[in-house]
Amino acid sequence: MPVIVTTPSDREIVVTRTFEAPRELVFLCFSKPELVRRWLGPADWTMPVCDIDFRVGGKWRFVLRSPQGFELGSRGVYREIDPPARIVNTELYDMDWTGGETIVTVTFVEADGRTTATTAVLYSSQQARDAAAKTPMTTGMEASYRRLDELLADPGI
Amino acid sequence: MTPSERLDATFVALADPTRRAILARLASGEASVTELAAPFAISQPAVSKHLKILERAGLISTGHSATRRPRRLEAAPLAEAVDWLEKYRQFWEQSFQRLDVLLVELQTPANRRDAAPPKKEG
Repeated sequence: MPVIVTTPSDREIVVTRTFEAPRELVFLCFSKPELVRRWLGPADWTMPVCDIDFRVGGKWRFVLRSPQGFELGSRGVYREIDPPARIVNTELYDMDWTGGETIVTVTFVEADGRTTATTAVLYSSQQARDAAAKTPMTTGMEASYRRLDELLADPGI
Repeated sequence: MTPSERLDATFVALADPTRRAILARLASGEASVTELAAPFAISQPAVSKHLKILERAGLISTGHSATRRPRRLEAAPLAEAVDWLEKYRQFWEQSFQRLDVLLVELQTPANRRDAAPPKKEG
């Protein structure tokens, strides 16, 4: 199942993916550190830091490391937790390539035993979202990726 | 231009349908401004403006012929942009593929909490 990326408003980027599992389980995979560190990042990356204080007001801290030693660090605070339907948290990358803090809302919807996880990243402004597109690797790429989708869908190309 | 500024210029250039059509035309060979403007219901200066944006992004270049000044496609920045996006897409695709594997494992009876063997004490 492919990852689907859309930009439903000027300040948002939304990533959607469906999994072959009930939503209670998918929810756990997004909230328990021992599970998160087993899937977040490509297979050859490691996750030296995965701290999750899973309660409203609790902090989280992730560091992913590429085989070349590049470290991708991010942190934030949980704002809403509604198992197994919804998680809202703030997110800020160490390199601040999202133009300030973003608000990430993950919703889990189950149908016929499959769960669709929708991650909506809300930027502080359109300027902040577009600024993220100027950085080497972040959610800003998703907006650009959508432009590439449009390019590839153009029958003239 | 830094690599990220170059990528930004590439995506700005690609975000317009007229500019994509110009690139598609140039993919089949070099062409003059007049030739490029022909299929569009817009003025030649408007086409020239699009060509400037494409040239600034390094997606096209201008040939040396003094009178015709043909434009040609430069593939490298486009390839760089696709490569960059592909790396990002792979990041999430690979993460979610690992999650697929984890979810299968968590749903096998041996790993379910109710079927797990009792843990040793202390």
